[in-house]
Amino acid sequence: MTVGLNAFILVAGLLFAIGLLGVILRKNTLVLYMSLELMLNAVNLALVAFSRYNGSMDGNLFVFFIITVAAAEVAIGLAIIVALFRLRQTVMVDQLTALSR
Amino acid sequence: MTDLLFYIFAGITLISALIMVISPNVVNGAMCMIISFVGTAALFVLLEAYFLAVLQVLVYAGAVMVLFLFIIMLLDADKDASRLLKDKMTLAGSIAGFALLVVLVCAAFVGGQHLPEPALLPVMENPTGEGPGIPFTTSAKSFGYSLFTKYMLPFQLTGFLLLAAMIGVIVVSKKHEEPTGEKK
Repeated sequence: MTVGLNAFILVAGLLFAIGLLGVILRKNTLVLYMSLELMLNAVNLALVAFSRYNGSMDGNLFVFFIITVAAAEVAIGLAIIVALFRLRQTVMVDQLTALSR
Repeated sequence: MTDLLFYIFAGITLISALIMVISPNVVNGAMCMIISFVGTAALFVLLEAYFLAVLQVLVYAGAVMVLFLFIIMLLDADKDASRLLKDKMTLAGSIAGFALLVVLVCAAFVGGQHLPEPALLPVMENPTGEGPGIPFTTSAKSFGYSLFTKYMLPFQLTGFLLLAAMIGVIVVSKKHEEPTGEKK
């Protein structure tokens, strides 16, 4: 394979940028949360690429832990979103402005 | 051949991620997110991290996105989805920030002159577990070996974190009780 490390890191960086665009552009909490997952995923891709090109297993183990932590984080976060919806009947962040008044 | 596969899967991953971000329909966005995760799993396969690719499809594209879709359906979150392009300032600011980050990333990694471009190291098929570091292998056995030697403490902590998350979800998603009720 002639595709080098830089190409994989470029894809990971662009994926991270797209996730950041989603976080600052969207108003829906669920889409925001999916964009956060996308950024975590971009970091995973970069870690696996570095691990492969360094010939070390450590990056793969980090990705393993990141996937586990992300699963736990998604469970907690979605429970919080459901609780928020139960309280406020909305998941749009521009309507959740109780602290800014 | 693998180069072509890299470009195809990178394109699929990036384009479906972008569609997820700009799609006004949340359910369509979640579907594109699944495609993006599977594309990332294919990139993991190209990097010969087969175990992580399987894990990515199982955990992210499977469990996490099913949870997301379930919550989207439960909350009926896409009933007012037409307000995406109303706020011109947010739109301009976020696109400017996105463009700056893309320019930064492209300037850093396009051309191959900025980061050293290491050659692919040979992959050990069957690790023996000897030596100072853990070499890159394709077998899932080395995951087990690493998790129970070098990464024993993080492994235990991750298990504890999953337990804490499970209990936390149960506590958070319980019905809101009356504040005048009995104290626990």
